[in-house]
Amino acid sequence: MTAQLVIFLILAAIAVAGAVSVILQREPIHSAISLIAVMIALAGLFLLLESEFIAAVQIIVYAGAIMVLFVFVIMLLNAGAEERTNMSRMARYVGVPLAVFLLIELAYQVGAATSSMTAQPAADGATRGISMLLFQDFVFPFELTSILILIAILGALVLAQRSEGAPAQRAQQ
Amino acid sequence: MNDSLAHSILLVSLIKVLVLLFLVLTAVAYLVWFERKVAAHIQGRWGPYRVGPHGLLQPLADGAKFLLKEDTTPAGADRFLYFTAPVITLTLAISAIAMIPFGPASVRILGVATPLVIANINVGLLAIFAMTSIGVYGVALAGWSSNNKYSLLGGLRSSAQMISYELSLTLSVVGILLLAGTFNLSELILRQDGFTWGYLPKWNLLSPTFPQVLGLFCYFIAAIAETNRAPFDLAEAESEIVAGYHTEYSSFKFAMFFMGEYASMITVACLASILFLGGWLSPFPQTPGMDWTRYIPAAVFAASAVGLILDGLHHRSLARVVLPLLGLVLGALSFLCLQPAIIDYVQGPFWFLTKVLLVLFVYVWVRWTLPRFRYDQLMRFGWKFLFPVALLNVVVTSLAVVMRR
Amino acid sequence: MPISYYLALSAVLFGLGVIGFVFKRNIITIFMSIELMLNAVNLAFIAFARALGQLQGQVFVFFVIVVAAAEAAVGLAIVIVIARNRQSLNVERINLLKL
Repeated sequence: MTAQLVIFLILAAIAVAGAVSVILQREPIHSAISLIAVMIALAGLFLLLESEFIAAVQIIVYAGAIMVLFVFVIMLLNAGAEERTNMSRMARYVGVPLAVFLLIELAYQVGAATSSMTAQPAADGATRGISMLLFQDFVFPFELTSILILIAILGALVLAQRSEGAPAQRAQQ
Repeated sequence: MNDSLAHSILLVSLIKVLVLLFLVLTAVAYLVWFERKVAAHIQGRWGPYRVGPHGLLQPLADGAKFLLKEDTTPAGADRFLYFTAPVITLTLAISAIAMIPFGPASVRILGVATPLVIANINVGLLAIFAMTSIGVYGVALAGWSSNNKYSLLGGLRSSAQMISYELSLTLSVVGILLLAGTFNLSELILRQDGFTWGYLPKWNLLSPTFPQVLGLFCYFIAAIAETNRAPFDLAEAESEIVAGYHTEYSSFKFAMFFMGEYASMITVACLASILFLGGWLSPFPQTPGMDWTRYIPAAVFAASAVGLILDGLHHRSLARVVLPLLGLVLGALSFLCLQPAIIDYVQGPFWFLTKVLLVLFVYVWVRWTLPRFRYDQLMRFGWKFLFPVALLNVVVTSLAVVMRR
Repeated sequence: MPISYYLALSAVLFGLGVIGFVFKRNIITIFMSIELMLNAVNLAFIAFARALGQLQGQVFVFFVIVVAAAEAAVGLAIVIVIARNRQSLNVERINLLKL
């Protein structure tokens, strides 16, 4: 029972509990909070796997910016609780057991297929190594992603604009 | 690693955490007093002076008020989020101070040599920014869970402001990273060691490669906006939107928001002094001719001791006894700082705290001098002026670094 | 610490994301299940990067996070437009080709 195993079990438990909570919560804002908890637990797991730069990027970008976007949209649209409809009999008696079976099957097969792998340390430190790769081998995808983000910004701006000009003008006066 | 060594390291870390927690909470309380006094003197009045001599017990009175007030919960509020939001804000603001190094030397506590920092991680700077990023949720969720349209509007505006200026905050620090090449805070301070031309300290603000003046300018403005302080406090100012996202909070939960704001002010000031002002490095060169500068901490303590004793004699109440006693304590501290065994350990934290106090004074000064920004002016300033200036700083610094090599 | 533990956890999280995607009705919650699946895949990449001693896995995770950000921005803008036009966030109500 090494310290690493204990920390792994705690973080894994938080991640799985958060993921289950994302599915089971009725209010979307509670699902969003659970997803943030999952992301922070995953950042802890990245730290355990010795990739501290990606752990920090995960928290700063994914949990600290993308999820803020989700939370903003939920607040702006005032998304309330989901309607309570009873699951169809097919969903309840066939769907749920099949879902649980999918989980167990995936976990077992993936675990069994890679059970012989052990951790090997990388040559460079994490940040230095990643930046060397990003700016030397992967510089073309890197520049492409900046164009992708530009396209996404323009797309989001155009889509979220109000279609008629009149309400926006009235708001400005 | 055998068990007893691991246990003693854990115990030493626990002691450091408890000491720092106590110091930070006291510092937050007395930062409020400091701000009220400075604000008062800027406005030509006295500030708190009734509760204890010079109002020094005012934080205690405020604390008692916060604890004894009625704790209300608005009807229809989302209870879980309503309770968690202030906890998130306060916890993250205080946790960020765990990464700050207060001094160079390692001290021996319980026989284990440890540096003067709780967590000296390799990506210390990124960890502090990560905690600031998650702190946005405290504000947004407080606004949402209060079931109040002013809270929701204030919360949305406040969190939009925080994520916009967070971008300029992180970008203004990239210049420092280019000069130093590491995220580790202790390493960043050590790279600023040395003196150009023999007497000008090699702090990042006065760096021989490219002085990071633009960087400090952008960082300071972005930090003020990030901590929701004036002149960027539209989202929580009383005359604008009742009280913004913390309208519906009372007593201890409001105190947690309040403490969280001041704790993040302290974090930002500590980070500014580490990144731009050289952290715990002394501004004087350590040549044998300048040996007298090592006695400056003792001199400062002695001067304040004399001031307290003389001032205590003016009062008529119990302060006539308490203030001179405090003065005597400070005098004893000053004598302690002269001892050769301790004098080297005192230098680092003394200079660090002086710089932090200077940055905090400018923070308070700016708040009570400049008028408030309107929200659209604020967002325009953040995206159209500050972000391009920070980018310009990155470009010019990288050019300077390449040309120097 | 065998890497298969991390991969099994990643598989479980991915499965939970699929279940959320299939069973939930609110469009934003479906979107969040997609993000959960992306996170599970990130964990698998980092675990493999550690197992093989290379850093390309971490670089790919960096790109996945960036692409997820762009996708979330555009996707949420589409969600806002749909919500404005249909006044509902229930995917079963968004069943006409013409808005």
